[in-house]
Amino acid sequence: MTMIEAINDAMHVALEQDPQVVVFGQDVGFFGGVFRATEGLQRKHGIERVFDTPIAEGGIVAIAVGMGAYGKRPVVEIQFADYIYPATDQLISEAARLRYRTAGEWWSPITVRSPYGGGIFGGQTHSQSPEGIFAHVAGLKTVIPSTPYDAKGLLIAAIEDDDPVLFFEPKRLYNGPFDGHHDRPVMPWSGHPASEVPEGHYSIPLGQANIVRPGADVSVLAYGTMVHVALAAAESTAVDAEVIDLRSLVPLDLGTITRSVQKTGRCVVVHEATRTCGFGAELAALVQEHCFFDLEAPVERVTGWDTPYPHAFEWEYFPGPKRLGDALKRILEV
Amino acid sequence: MLRNHPGLHVPEPLCRPGDEADFSRFTIPAAGALRRPPVHVDPAEIRDFAFSLVRVLDDGDHAVGEWAPNLRIDVLHKGLRAMLLTRAYDTRMVRVQRQGKTSFYMKSTGEEAVAVAAALALDNADMCFPTYRQQGLLIARDWPLTDMMNQVYSNSGDRLKGRQMPVFYSSREAGFFSISGNLATQYSQAVGWAMGAATDGDERIAAAWIGEGATAEGDFHYALTFASVYRAPVILNIVNNQWAISSFSGIAGGEAAPFAARGLGFGIPALRVDGNDFLAVYAVTHWAATRARAGLGPTLIELFTYRAEGHSTSDDPTRYRPGSEPAAWPLGDPIDRLKRHLIQLGAWSEDEHVSLVEELARHVKESGREAEALGTLKEGKRPPVSTMFDDVFRDMPAHLIAQRAQAGV
Ligand SMILES: Cc1ncc(C[n+]2csc(CCOP(=O)(O)OP(=O)(O)O)c2C)c(N)n1
Repeated sequence: MTMIEAINDAMHVALEQDPQVVVFGQDVGFFGGVFRATEGLQRKHGIERVFDTPIAEGGIVAIAVGMGAYGKRPVVEIQFADYIYPATDQLISEAARLRYRTAGEWWSPITVRSPYGGGIFGGQTHSQSPEGIFAHVAGLKTVIPSTPYDAKGLLIAAIEDDDPVLFFEPKRLYNGPFDGHHDRPVMPWSGHPASEVPEGHYSIPLGQANIVRPGADVSVLAYGTMVHVALAAAESTAVDAEVIDLRSLVPLDLGTITRSVQKTGRCVVVHEATRTCGFGAELAALVQEHCFFDLEAPVERVTGWDTPYPHAFEWEYFPGPKRLGDALKRILEV
Repeated sequence: MLRNHPGLHVPEPLCRPGDEADFSRFTIPAAGALRRPPVHVDPAEIRDFAFSLVRVLDDGDHAVGEWAPNLRIDVLHKGLRAMLLTRAYDTRMVRVQRQGKTSFYMKSTGEEAVAVAAALALDNADMCFPTYRQQGLLIARDWPLTDMMNQVYSNSGDRLKGRQMPVFYSSREAGFFSISGNLATQYSQAVGWAMGAATDGDERIAAAWIGEGATAEGDFHYALTFASVYRAPVILNIVNNQWAISSFSGIAGGEAAPFAARGLGFGIPALRVDGNDFLAVYAVTHWAATRARAGLGPTLIELFTYRAEGHSTSDDPTRYRPGSEPAAWPLGDPIDRLKRHLIQLGAWSEDEHVSLVEELARHVKESGREAEALGTLKEGKRPPVSTMFDDVFRDMPAHLIAQRAQAGV
């Protein structure tokens, strides 16, 4: 299964198992979504449970909050993560705080799915990684899968979760895995072990990282697209890196991170989002707080540059295996 | 207003402090002048309602015209009582704020009919998405004053655990959705709630309120779009009390067209109502609720009223409007008008009124004593500080457990 198919399958399962689940967003109904993530859902589950919405992200999320307060479990799609900003007020001021401000009387059991990241020549309005903005907000959960297997299990967990979850989907990985070079042709998911996606219901608890490559020399903290970059960098540099796929930023699996860094003594954080105040800063600070006496080198960050995402220079912007590999070699020399 | 010179038009009210109050720009139709259309009317046929004003009580305090709701006397009594109680509660709460027992308060003086008449026209199970100026909804639904006061005081009895500013009530049981400090957010959420009810074939409907100032926010427009597209069973109220803190209604676009007219482009039936006329507010709300329950979709109601006092306890209205303006408001006071109507019907008297006012003042005072025994913002019991870390998520994640330990609570 591709990641898109796994995500689609997760929604089928959720719609089947819980009559309160509803799915809506721009073009998600009849057409099945511009990335085909909601393909066939409307035909199978009916127009009242899977439907198209006006182009109003703030409205989509507000409607979800209201439906959630009513007792529904809305799963909404924001067509590109770059377009989530009109909905930030409803996400940050409303969904995130409804449980808190009502002392548990109301809550927002909503899931907001959105493709993020570069790799499709989307320029600065179809390539952003806004996860750090939302991870900063008390009351929101932020989840990012890196494989079809995880995508299905994590999405089902997100939908079943009673808290608002932002589910960012690495669009570069929708149709195939990644050797870290997004200027090369897409590889098929078929044959990749993580494309074995079981039928029916299964879920992966939010807040459990996955060690996708055990190693002894340095811990690489990655999520989404960058997991594949990290694997490629470890491969190409022959550095014995332990690659940790965080899977969810909030809640964060701090235990797995600290155990790994305490073992390796070195840590590189990698994300596609811009560096300043990015989630990598939080990770670096946590590692410093919890592993200071185990560290043999300063924590390194490999990230997108602090510029908007350029169209023509995607590859120069994107923190690929070369940049990460250089960091891995550098940190081993300290 | 037409521009007679090139340049930027910045709307200004007709009068400012030092001027005589002037409401001459308002055309106020006679009570009973407007027809009452059937609920299944084609919205295109009542476009004129967005520019007129539904009024029932005339200058002689009679209920006239097709909109007169012919309410039973006990409903009128209940309405009068709830409006008086709201006013008494507001008066007392401003006093305790001045005494430093809480940080802040917002009155609804002059607008009591907006909330109370709506509450009585709706079913108790319908869900309200109010602003901070519809405390009358809770009071008309007989919600205990002590519970409201506990919230205002953030005391040990505050069900919201001291997290919200005063007056930002929430009561799922009373069908009163949690108030947000971010203006307009509840408006589109109400539409989502109504859409949920519609999918379930639920009989309950939603009602939302917004100030005329806040109609400029995106959430107002999202609400109209979604309500119109999905024919959500929702009543969208705009409370035009003429002022948004110091900005007059023209700053929100009220000079160009009435706020009700915003509904026309969405094909939503839009009516303007005399918001100080209890009977008119009741009648139009009931009409809209009947439409919603019949699956005919949303209704937009502009309640034309006046904020007779300051925006909040932090505000001095004489800095931006004539001191004589409240008294000059041409549509009178909602409580006085209903009282005179009841007297005219022979169902009320000045003496009964005086003793009811006294009884309610006593009730407010007693409730106040009960609440203050549980603490005020200044002194007495508070919710345990450790609860500060609860309810961020359903289950407390590790980092919050660690932070709570670090805070030593
Ligand atoms: C998004 C947002 N912007 C600004 C404010 C500050 N604010 C609080 S009330 C208010 C005026 C609202 O006026 P209106 O909508 O007419 O309602 P009224 O107070 O007259 O009932 C403003 C600007 C806010 N609470 N939220």
